[in-house]
Amino acid sequence: MIPELGHFAIALAVVLAAAQSVIPLWGAQRRDARMMQAAAPLAIGQLLALLVAAGALVWSAVTDDFSVLNIAENSSALKPLLYKITGTWGDHEGSILLWCLILGLCGGAVAAFGSRLPTSLRARVIGVLGLSSVGFLLFCLLASNPFTRLWPPPIDGQGMNPLLQDPGLAFHPPILYAGYVGFSVPFAFAIAALLEGRVDAAWGRWVRPWTLGAWCFLTCGIALGSWWAYYELGWGGFWFWDPVENASLMPWLTGTALLHSAIVVEKREALRVWTILLAIGTFSLSLSGTFMVRSGILNSVHSFANDPTRGVFILALLAVLIGGSLTLFAVRAPKLAEGGMFAPVSREGALVLNNILLCSICAVIITGTMYPLLADLFFGVKISVGPPYFEATVFPLAVPLFAAMAVGQMLPWKRASLGPALLKLWWVALLALAVGLFTAIGLKAAPFLAFAAATWLIAGAVADIAERLRLFRVRLADSARRLIGLRLGAIGAALAHAGLGVTIAGIAGMSLASHRIVAVRPGQTVPEGGYSWHLTGIVDGHGSNYVDRIATIVVSRDGRTVAVMRPSRRSFPLQQQTTTDVAIRTNGFRDLYAVLGDERNGQAVLRLHVNPLAPWIWFGALIMAFGGGLSLADRRLRVGAPARRTVALPAGASPGT
Amino acid sequence: MIGRRQVLLGLPLAVAVGGGGISYVMLQRMERGTYDPHGVPNPLVGKPVPHFALPPLGAGPGLASAELHHPGRPVLVNFFASWCVPCVQEAPELMALHDRAVPIYGIAYKDQPDAALGFLERHGNPYLRVATDLPGRTAIDFGLYGVPETYFIDRGGIIRWRWAGALTPDVAHDQLAALMRTYA
Repeated sequence: MIPELGHFAIALAVVLAAAQSVIPLWGAQRRDARMMQAAAPLAIGQLLALLVAAGALVWSAVTDDFSVLNIAENSSALKPLLYKITGTWGDHEGSILLWCLILGLCGGAVAAFGSRLPTSLRARVIGVLGLSSVGFLLFCLLASNPFTRLWPPPIDGQGMNPLLQDPGLAFHPPILYAGYVGFSVPFAFAIAALLEGRVDAAWGRWVRPWTLGAWCFLTCGIALGSWWAYYELGWGGFWFWDPVENASLMPWLTGTALLHSAIVVEKREALRVWTILLAIGTFSLSLSGTFMVRSGILNSVHSFANDPTRGVFILALLAVLIGGSLTLFAVRAPKLAEGGMFAPVSREGALVLNNILLCSICAVIITGTMYPLLADLFFGVKISVGPPYFEATVFPLAVPLFAAMAVGQMLPWKRASLGPALLKLWWVALLALAVGLFTAIGLKAAPFLAFAAATWLIAGAVADIAERLRLFRVRLADSARRLIGLRLGAIGAALAHAGLGVTIAGIAGMSLASHRIVAVRPGQTVPEGGYSWHLTGIVDGHGSNYVDRIATIVVSRDGRTVAVMRPSRRSFPLQQQTTTDVAIRTNGFRDLYAVLGDERNGQAVLRLHVNPLAPWIWFGALIMAFGGGLSLADRRLRVGAPARRTVALPAGASPGT
Repeated sequence: MIGRRQVLLGLPLAVAVGGGGISYVMLQRMERGTYDPHGVPNPLVGKPVPHFALPPLGAGPGLASAELHHPGRPVLVNFFASWCVPCVQEAPELMALHDRAVPIYGIAYKDQPDAALGFLERHGNPYLRVATDLPGRTAIDFGLYGVPETYFIDRGGIIRWRWAGALTPDVAHDQLAALMRTYA
């Protein structure tokens, strides 16, 4: 009964989404206030229907209703409750429902928080979101219904992939999808602006918080995925340039570019056509990435069951959404007026450089990801493009990007000269040089350039704030007053830039990681990375749906015990699968990482890693997302902020900028 | 008159249409099985059969690579084992090929001769001749992925195609038939 209710709720959501797309869009065209007003209630209605559907699916999972095919295939009575709930979005059908739910949430959010938007713009934004919802909901209903029944029901389900039975991964899809799908809102804003034929500073201001929100989620989602790969897959790496990882990185890069170009639209009404294109492009990349994975064209460790038939459906959906929006763009964009002018060396110029570099990196990654597929298709040759390609191509583009990041913050709008900006960064440059030289000569570390870049970014962010406070140039009390008046957005931007620096330091540190694989008997000690690893013993244990072998390793340095680690190997009898449970001990500056491998003849294979600065990779990403969140809390960016604001005073004259 | 600006702003659409078209072709070919982006390449495809000489399974002559270097007509080499479930699945399709007079050489992979003979008794013997590769050395030379696995060898003794996994009617109908026509 409950599954049928959920099934019905999806059908209801389709109808509401159809109404949500047709009525407001038509109303906006006819300037009919009543039809435009229908947008918000319809969006809320669609959201409620989807919440009921998702609730029904969770209910079926929690009550072990194995007559639902989806539950029977992915759950089992013994599965812990948390994973019964999170498992509902762990497979294809459930994750499509989650995707639809988040799309519904986006529509609902615009309906709830967008009351200050002009009626016609709001109606069009919600209408476009509704249109995308119709497509995905139809896909959910017709091609991947999560409520399909199975008769007769099995006594127990088949259980989920043990690799996915992990708290990090359980919450990975909702966060990642919030990022992917969140970019549907800037997309809808772009389409609405094309329909309206008007892009102005206000549009730039409205679209930014939504972009920022989606960007924060995507940043967290990518970081969480990478962290999961690090501690769960047990390969000791954190980024594999795997197609699925690349698929999430591409919209992140263009989304970051969008975030910055929207600032130019807001402040100077320039780069308007480009910003519209970025908004369409970012969401298109989110969609195509998902399509490539779901259809089985791209394959990876994170793979879902592949189905080319479903692929055709999604492809048709993408053709309508992406093709339609780009057609509209091709027709309407030439009519948009040219924006404000600016000199090449200026804040705008720096942001254009940022956009060019970010989009180039994205293009390079697309090339590397798609080239093997195309080579196979056209020339019938199997090639693989791996980390060496990506490292060789992304790195030269990333270096100027990092260099420009700190400088750009120092440039005034419209026209600037490089000299004074660089002068303000003299101590930052000196510090970066010192760190670079120290790592190159003192530590003889290869990635000294990356360490210098990281220092440059972190110190550059500090310099940015110091500059805003006029630190050491006015009295300290005045600086303190400026600090209180400082916009949260400025702090957020500085934090995000510094966060990237922290991540880069982490990646550079990680490239210095050392590891070894040894076969040892209990009682033996092996040295690795300056530590002594002593295997004391291996015992049996069990969890609710697995049995495991747990090794105890005492790690010591200079005779002093540093950590006791318990890596284990779990076997899940139901799925006949074995996973490794990595033991990680961190002190914030390095990770000790141990994996228990096979046992034979009383010997156990251990893989021991010492990963310097590894936690900084994800910590930096968190700082970035936190900086984004802080900017989001800025009153001036807040969604409900007044549509009209007083004309900004010239920079420097207004207190607090 | 279409200006430069129009062309420039239409470019993203053109790229998207191109990408969509390519994706469509990929999906179509994936469904037909002629395109497999994840397929593990076999370095032996396009090369002659690796050297081997195997003892027979049961009575009769064994099988050596020399016989496959110039078979004079396209043949299949099929690795199988009695302990392999997909091999049971595949058996009817092999029998169907046998009925269509397709020459198939069998190699029992890491299988006790008695068990392998029992398997052929139960599920039918589609093979022209059966050899046994108990140590699995020949399988290594072939780059065997697992059992069952089937190789298509043309009249000149060159390996033209490899199928890892059970042969299904679809595979036989679409891919094998096309190979037979091409290399007949």
